Amino acid sequence: MLRYALKRLLSLILSLAVASVVIFAVIEIAPGDPASFMLGVNAQADTLAALRAELGLDVSKVQRYFNWVSGMLVGDFGTSYTYRTPVSQMIADRLWVSLPLALYALTLSTLIAFPAGIYAAARRGKPGDLAVMGATQLGVAVPNFWFAMMLVLIFAINLRWFNAGGFSGWDTGILAGLHSLTLPAIALALPQAAILARVMRSALLDILGEDFMRTARAKGLNPRQALWRHGVRNALIPVLTIIGLQFSFLLAGSIIIEQVFYLPGLGRLVFQAISARDLIVVESVVMLLVFAVITVNFLVDLAYAAVDPRLRSRT
Amino acid sequence: MSRNLVLGACLSSLVLLAALVSFVWTPYNYAALNIPDKLQSPNTQHWFGTDHFGRDIFSMIMVGARTSIAVALVAVGIGMALGVPLGLAAAARKGSWLDEVIMRGNDLVFAFPSLVIAILITAVFGAGAVNAIIAIGIFNIPVFARITRGAALSLWEREFILAARVAGKGAARISIEHILPNVANLLIVQGTIQFSLGILAEAGLSYVGLGAQPPTPSWGRMLADAQTMVSFAPHLALIPGFAIIVTVLGLNLLGDGLRDWLDPRIRVARV
Amino acid sequence: MTLLQVKDLTLGIHGTNILSHINLSIAPGEIVAVTGESGSGKSMTALAVMQLLPNGARAEGSILLDGQEVLNRPEPEMCQLRGSSIGMVFQEPMTALNPVKTIGDQVMETILIHKAMPPAGARERAKEVLNRVGLPPDKFPLSRYPHELSGGQRQRVVIAMAIALRPRLLIADEPTTALDVTTQAQILDLLKGLVKEYDMGLLMITHDLAVVADLADQIVVMRQGKVVETGATGHLLEHMQHPYTRMLFDASGHKVTLPEPVSSTPLLEVTDVVREYRLPRHHLFAAPAQQRAVDHVSFTLNKGERLGLVGESGCGKSTLTRAILGLEQVQQGQILLDGQPVFAGHKPNLAVRRKMQVVFQDPYGSFNPRHRVARLITEPLHLLDHPPAGSERQDRIAEILTAVGLGPDDANKYVHEFSGGQRQRIAIARALIIRPALIVFDEAVSALDVSVRAQILDLLAELCAAYDLTYLFISHDLSVVRTITTRVMVMRAGKIVEQGETESVFADPQHGYTQKLIAAAPRLPELSIT
Repeated sequence: MLRYALKRLLSLILSLAVASVVIFAVIEIAPGDPASFMLGVNAQADTLAALRAELGLDVSKVQRYFNWVSGMLVGDFGTSYTYRTPVSQMIADRLWVSLPLALYALTLSTLIAFPAGIYAAARRGKPGDLAVMGATQLGVAVPNFWFAMMLVLIFAINLRWFNAGGFSGWDTGILAGLHSLTLPAIALALPQAAILARVMRSALLDILGEDFMRTARAKGLNPRQALWRHGVRNALIPVLTIIGLQFSFLLAGSIIIEQVFYLPGLGRLVFQAISARDLIVVESVVMLLVFAVITVNFLVDLAYAAVDPRLRSRT
Repeated sequence: MSRNLVLGACLSSLVLLAALVSFVWTPYNYAALNIPDKLQSPNTQHWFGTDHFGRDIFSMIMVGARTSIAVALVAVGIGMALGVPLGLAAAARKGSWLDEVIMRGNDLVFAFPSLVIAILITAVFGAGAVNAIIAIGIFNIPVFARITRGAALSLWEREFILAARVAGKGAARISIEHILPNVANLLIVQGTIQFSLGILAEAGLSYVGLGAQPPTPSWGRMLADAQTMVSFAPHLALIPGFAIIVTVLGLNLLGDGLRDWLDPRIRVARV
Repeated sequence: MTLLQVKDLTLGIHGTNILSHINLSIAPGEIVAVTGESGSGKSMTALAVMQLLPNGARAEGSILLDGQEVLNRPEPEMCQLRGSSIGMVFQEPMTALNPVKTIGDQVMETILIHKAMPPAGARERAKEVLNRVGLPPDKFPLSRYPHELSGGQRQRVVIAMAIALRPRLLIADEPTTALDVTTQAQILDLLKGLVKEYDMGLLMITHDLAVVADLADQIVVMRQGKVVETGATGHLLEHMQHPYTRMLFDASGHKVTLPEPVSSTPLLEVTDVVREYRLPRHHLFAAPAQQRAVDHVSFTLNKGERLGLVGESGCGKSTLTRAILGLEQVQQGQILLDGQPVFAGHKPNLAVRRKMQVVFQDPYGSFNPRHRVARLITEPLHLLDHPPAGSERQDRIAEILTAVGLGPDDANKYVHEFSGGQRQRIAIARALIIRPALIVFDEAVSALDVSVRAQILDLLAELCAAYDLTYLFISHDLSVVRTITTRVMVMRAGKIVEQGETESVFADPQHGYTQKLIAAAPRLPELSIT
């Protein structure tokens, strides 16, 4: 078990290292010098040089890469070209919106998908299954940002249960904060729940064909007991993979959904940074997103071992 | 032939037809501004109504189908053209450094959701439909590489492949002659699903301004434009949304139907 | 007094008739074996008793357990019977257990689901039955997971689950088919002992007539959903009435006559071959352990000789086969065919490959389903410098298909149009078409029904005469090896422990392992063959 975890951890660190090189290299290709972009074409040579020194642009590329990485390791993401404030502070503020939103959506998606998938698998071919499958087929096809607009139209504009956009902040209380994230979370969660429910159902149906399910029935378990006691945990193995992948989609999806609800999250930050050519912010946000995805996949790998004893002892 | 297949094929061809016809005919010029007729609800003159510039939405939807299909199709093409050979090679040299490099590379690309790739590309080169194609295409490569490798690995264990090896055939030849035809069904089905995901991704990227730029019409940007007007002109948001749903639903049904028709044992990866 | 009484059982699935008018009965303490070839309906009969039939099945007639009707009984009542009054053991021990639950939990579940005991009592009982089936808790604690056990040990767990509540009736569906002969003998002994001890009835489903003859009190022979003959074992074996029964027993002990080998020039020379695999490390910093699958193996196969290779699973015979075929490189030693190495440098030697072909076990996985027979069997021709073309190629195909007992017209068919036995003929045709000096038969008749197997063995004998075949015949089935080879090697844990003339090895085995192997193999009684 320890060896398995260490091996995954090593692979995590390696992936992060390669990802950081790729991101840095891509941003380096960007034409133009940030300092001259910030100061305009008529800047004095010495002001330019001073600014370049301030931004850490006056050293070699390799040196800059290591400065960037070593800074990130201690939480220093550099200074924003446009706002001249620490990037880490800007990201931390926005993360308090984007991360809770993604987790909220992941929770909703799992809470909806598990019962729906298990219900459908238990009633394979019956009207209940067909209804769930029809609904998920539709759910998979709906773009989440359009669904978000429809939620705004119905629940904010017509019914006035929620605000059409904006974020109250966590200062006014956790409930108020959650309330303003509810519509965005639903918009993100439902299409993902549709996918997850389909995966859950097909994983369970695969398990139902396994020999050990027949053994369970021969012991005297009824179909429902066999499904719950022997099916669900085995089906979790493929389902966990999808949950891990979905987290990255939720994080990316939240960038789009923030646009619909005018939420001050990472998405807004990154789009503002792109239009202002504030590349250090773009670079850092992208690295953060990739870090989140890779870390979640690491956690999923550990969760496998918790579910599957074969993985635990192989090492 | 299942109901899924027929319905999926009908919906998909409807959208494809709209895209093709738009090259020679649209009810109105999709770009022509006509302010006096702005914000009309669907009527006999303008079947899907008009937008805030008085442009005919039906025409814009037809031309938008063109953008969506082109972007998604080329992106799937990129994913298959690079992913399938990589997957075949990794399976043929299972356990070697080549396999390891390809699989680690796959994992790495999976860590960059297509939106993140699009953000990076846009930050460096500026926005455009080509960026969307590249971003979605890059993300498709590991999808195809992974499913091809998975299917090919189990085929390599089969005795008819061993027999071919005993007959002196090399790995490349076996991959093309025996493996590829036997994973073709899987690739067709997965390709259909990736096509539908590509349509969704393109819409998302255009919505946030990372996809096709004006004046090229795209469904995602139509939705972005509609956002501020949704309270008094809901058709502006409803119609492009329905267009996306019909297309994606059609392709998904087509994919499921093809799977049932070609080989029900095929497992599609859906992320 | 009867325990189980099946009367006039007729079964259809989605309108297709599977069983017609089955009658059989089992008394307490009695072993009744139902036997027959694939498609005979023997497994379906067992599932009907359990009422675990596939969807769409409709059964008529009567199945009485202890005088109570089981057929079409409401599902909740059946759930109470299963596990407590009827236990069942399945064929595949590797997949019959839930991989994510401990063996203790799985055995206790039988007890707890029927609320027969409180958890503490169930735990004690689980230990007790696991001990009874030969898994003492001090060596096999309840916290073991299935993947930590061998196939035979897993089958013992399955049996423990089935007998935990001392059911009156035990059903065993091919319980030893997936196991090695020595393990099979132990499991059969265990079942026999349990029947006696608990005074259970045992309904044993098996295709293996030697097992049947050895174990059963009563035999039921089935064919295509009907019972063709039934009776007490001793009586039935001596007075077979139905021609099918007779054919079945004849085919099971089928013997062929091989032509004498002509020359004594060496064809295949295997010298001191070693093949190791790296095992996963036990600790992070431990050196990776090596498993020696083939351990200093040397032998020579002369031209015209028919050599057998027997051994249990994991003994290294598959690895050795792959090395001989040039599919894998060996770490040490040399394999020469006609004086040339199979591996030249790090690449397989094509000049040697064309002298060697193979026939595999699985008649279903051996062919690319997308190609026609003509293309399938001509694949090895690619090894020739000047492959025959045009009418010459057609003639070659026609000749070879005729030689294996098919027709020239079959060349244009797809492989799914053929039965298992016919596919094995196609596989032999593919091996023969290049006129190889050596053919390797890798478990080539193991997946076939006995009657089909007999036909393929006859075909091999004919081909030996017609084409002067030299072959290496790898099998776990001792009776087949005994008749189809002239010389035999016994392999165990990567080593060849004994080799010699087939008849003398079987009649007078020298090595202890060979003796054990031959003693464990169930034998058909001689009288049945007359």
